[in-house]
Amino acid sequence: MNRFVLPLAGFLLMVGLLGYGLSLDPKKVPSPLIDKQAPAFSLAMLEEPARQLSTADMVGQVWVLNVWASWCVSCRAEHQVISELASRRLVPVVGLNYKDDPADATRWLQQFGNPYATSVIDRDGRVGIDWGVYGVPETFVIGADGLIKYKHIGPVSQESLEQKIMPVLKELLG
Amino acid sequence: MRYAFLLLCLLGWLNPAAAAIEAYEFETPQMEQDYNQLVQELRCLVCQNQNLAGSDADLARDLRRETYEMLSEGKSRQEVVDFMVERYGDFVLYRPQFKTSTYLLWLGPFLLLLLALYFLVRRLRTATPAPEVDEDALARARRLLENNESNK
Repeated sequence: MNRFVLPLAGFLLMVGLLGYGLSLDPKKVPSPLIDKQAPAFSLAMLEEPARQLSTADMVGQVWVLNVWASWCVSCRAEHQVISELASRRLVPVVGLNYKDDPADATRWLQQFGNPYATSVIDRDGRVGIDWGVYGVPETFVIGADGLIKYKHIGPVSQESLEQKIMPVLKELLG
Repeated sequence: MRYAFLLLCLLGWLNPAAAAIEAYEFETPQMEQDYNQLVQELRCLVCQNQNLAGSDADLARDLRRETYEMLSEGKSRQEVVDFMVERYGDFVLYRPQFKTSTYLLWLGPFLLLLLALYFLVRRLRTATPAPEVDEDALARARRLLENNESNK
């Protein structure tokens, strides 16, 4: 009887570990930027290319950075949810127009509506690299202290807005 | 015929690796070597089972450019690795660093080996002794066998 205990324990341990492994999404890479200072940028605005928006301008307020592009199909899927978040007027939602043609981007906003306080142009994707962007869309929540508090990879669903992003925002807004 | 097929397979297999075709010019052979090693060892975040060298994804191209530019600026290989890890986490490394959170990863196999050796040695030491033999039974068996032989 006793000699079965050890292999059985080993087997159960294995089952436990593999079961836990199944619950993980290998596509989700945990961002090392959480609770770190948001990487600084100063980029031209899509609506007014002569003006620039920099991360320094945003210090002191809680804000959301949504990485989008007109060529990105799943950005369309989340657009309604992002629009809803923006319409709640809790925090400014800034768009990072990632590796896109400004003309295409403008047309896209005209077609689907523009929820963004402003969108900035990251034409060659360098700011995206600084922010660790690897799959558009991505959404960051940044605190008033300039720290990145949350990162969502992929399209934001209504569910993830309510269950993940809103609690973070509420806590930050106090 | 068979060789032609094999050759085709080989070419087909090599093809994705040849997808990356930016022509970078390197100032020194050392720099070229560093570049090649880095793009081999860094993971493409988009197609996660490919390294930067083998991936044709947009991001991989950008990260190759970044790698090239950093090396051109005279940055060391470690600095490029740190740059990537800072942004994308340890996940970008195909060769994980040796640190607290990866001790188990690096040392685990040796631990398992030691454990296996320990159990093996213990098992060999306590090898079951030869079973005790009932002398009477042995004698009877021998007798029976002998009878059997003489009956032939």
